[in-house]
Amino acid sequence: MAGVGSDSGASAETTYRSARVPLLLPTWLMIGVFLVLPVALMAVYSFLTKEMRGGVIWDFSLAAYDQFFVHRGLFGDEPPTLEWTYISVFGRSIIQAAIATVLCLLIGFPTAWFIATRPPETRGVWLFLVTVPYWVNLLIRTVSLRFLIRENGPLNDALMGAGVISEPLALINTDFAVQLGLFYSYLPFMVLPIYAAVERYNFTWSEAAADLYATRWVTLREIVLPIVRPGIVAGCLLVFIPSLGAFLAPNLLGGAKNFMIGSLIEEQFKKSLGNWPFGAAVSMILMSLVLILLMIYARSAARQEAR
Amino acid sequence: MTNAVDIRKVTKVFGTFTALHGVSLSIRDNEFFTLLGPSGCGKTTLLRLMAGFEEVSGGEILLFGQNIASLEPNLRPVNTVFQQYALFPHMSVIDNVAFGLKMKGWTLPKRRARAGEMLEMVHLSDFADRLPTQLSGGQQQRVALARALAPQPKVLLLDEPLSALDLKLRQAMRMELKQLQQGTGITFIFVTHDQEEALTMSNRIAVMSAGRVQQIGTPREIYETPVNRFVADFIGETNLLEVEVAAIAGDQAEVILPGGQRVTCSSATTEKGRHHLSVRPERVTLGTVGSGMQAVVEQVVYLGTDLQVLVRLDGGTAMQVRIQNAARTEVPSPGTRVGLTLEEGAARLLAD
Ligand SMILES: Nc1ncnc2c1ncn2[C@@H]1O[C@H](COP(=O)(O)OP(=O)(O)OP(=O)(O)O)[C@@H](O)[C@H]1O
Ligand SMILES: [Mg+2]
Repeated sequence: MAGVGSDSGASAETTYRSARVPLLLPTWLMIGVFLVLPVALMAVYSFLTKEMRGGVIWDFSLAAYDQFFVHRGLFGDEPPTLEWTYISVFGRSIIQAAIATVLCLLIGFPTAWFIATRPPETRGVWLFLVTVPYWVNLLIRTVSLRFLIRENGPLNDALMGAGVISEPLALINTDFAVQLGLFYSYLPFMVLPIYAAVERYNFTWSEAAADLYATRWVTLREIVLPIVRPGIVAGCLLVFIPSLGAFLAPNLLGGAKNFMIGSLIEEQFKKSLGNWPFGAAVSMILMSLVLILLMIYARSAARQEAR
Repeated sequence: MTNAVDIRKVTKVFGTFTALHGVSLSIRDNEFFTLLGPSGCGKTTLLRLMAGFEEVSGGEILLFGQNIASLEPNLRPVNTVFQQYALFPHMSVIDNVAFGLKMKGWTLPKRRARAGEMLEMVHLSDFADRLPTQLSGGQQQRVALARALAPQPKVLLLDEPLSALDLKLRQAMRMELKQLQQGTGITFIFVTHDQEEALTMSNRIAVMSAGRVQQIGTPREIYETPVNRFVADFIGETNLLEVEVAAIAGDQAEVILPGGQRVTCSSATTEKGRHHLSVRPERVTLGTVGSGMQAVVEQVVYLGTDLQVLVRLDGGTAMQVRIQNAARTEVPSPGTRVGLTLEEGAARLLAD
């Protein structure tokens, strides 16, 4: 009997193996056309020469990376030093994205927890409410936010009407406004994965911990957080990475001095002002940075697994 | 001596549903006490009230004389073996077992050593570094037991801890649990719906049904002198015959059996009238026609150590009789007429 069973199992496996290539073809095509090709194009473009009216000239050049990293003075005749302009844009972007991630986590975790602990019938309604704003295009939502918080917009009117403030708050074109935009744009990406993790959390584990003398706080730290950690990590990545490359929020809410990587890249591809190879190079640098961060995380997760 | 646990008129209401109706019972220190009852009768609910995961709707629970109503679960010197194990999925087996000790502030080497001993006790030393998901259901149950015992609670609550084990292991674990309880002196409150488990392990049993305690007593008391139909029917096998009470005095009654014979038996009721008589099948002897209750053998079922003889009384009532499958046992064949006589203590008159 056992022999027959394992036989049929093996034959099923070979059946699937021989069918694997044709079955996976659509997936490979999708990945090839929509992922590998654009990234490869970007990589190639970053090593080409810029064409003054936008576009590229097919001549190999390191000018884009040189512009990013090396400073040679206004006329290019000083001894080369490290160029800080773009690195500081990266630094500011990372800080902004990190703050947005922390804010989303602080609000998103309790929200997800709240939804996951409602009776199953009502959870759907709460999830629906979280996602409703996303039926409206991100651009429109960001513009609306700009309208809401501008000097004589509804927010300032309401606050002054209530007597909380006497002068309108200058919110627009500040880091605060950028934060608000990022937070508002990406909050659901934090809530949904954490919700999925908490929903699978078995509350008997908390009871068992309490039964074994753990306080609520210790239970949260030693039992709840480690178990739902994959959801938290997924949420943080889903907020941090798009925040890092965001350009709508910084452009529309932050103004010129609250520039982020996304705006820098976007600018390079505008018709006449642009520098395509430089835009491509900045994108490649951003992508490498994200990949390195992800690899560091994967390493530490694997090490913890092996412990 | 103060009782380990005193439960006084405890009521538990979930929304509109009353899960416990004024339950009262006292559990002595060092006792192996069993809550026995069918599924849904409120056993787990009662345990959860003692552990502190639910609040009582009425009544009070005392632990060694102290009212624990306001005590959070983590402050109660009570540990639980959960019905669904509830092992921490992200911790190895040994870390699970050591968790309670860690919370009590034991140092790492001390709690490792103690957790190791506990695992040895449940024969799982080789599995110390596995994750709970890499264990079978029975092994997980033993880890749950070790985890709850490690901090040496004053009272251990066990919610059907043997239900996932196979028969052999279950029987072995019964003996081990019993010895463990006697060795450690911890009060065990054991929940089960398996009457055999309850009878073999317990000092005393509380039989529950539909949120009420039906009877509390030693296994012998519960089996031999059940107070009502539910208990007689739930514990062991029995024949319930409807009989007319001829006379009643104290806890003795004279009843008229089907066929007109009069017998005296112990009684759980003091009212005359028609009542049910419980007749244990192993206390009935098959005799020759003319003595006792007249009946016809309908079927004989072979059970290995016993034979189950299904008979029909002349009045039409069906009964079963157990006879031992000894070498010289005469096996009656279906269709033969027999007379049934009741041995001493075979019958008990029940309250409804
Ligand atoms: N949180 C709750 N909300 C509503 N009803 C509940 C709740 N917990 C238990 N009940 C009900 O209370 C009754 C007793 O449940 P309990 O879990 O105590 O049964 P049990 O005796 O342990 O049964 P089993 O042997 O199946 O484990 C059941 O009818 C159950 O549906
Ligand atoms: Mg139960």
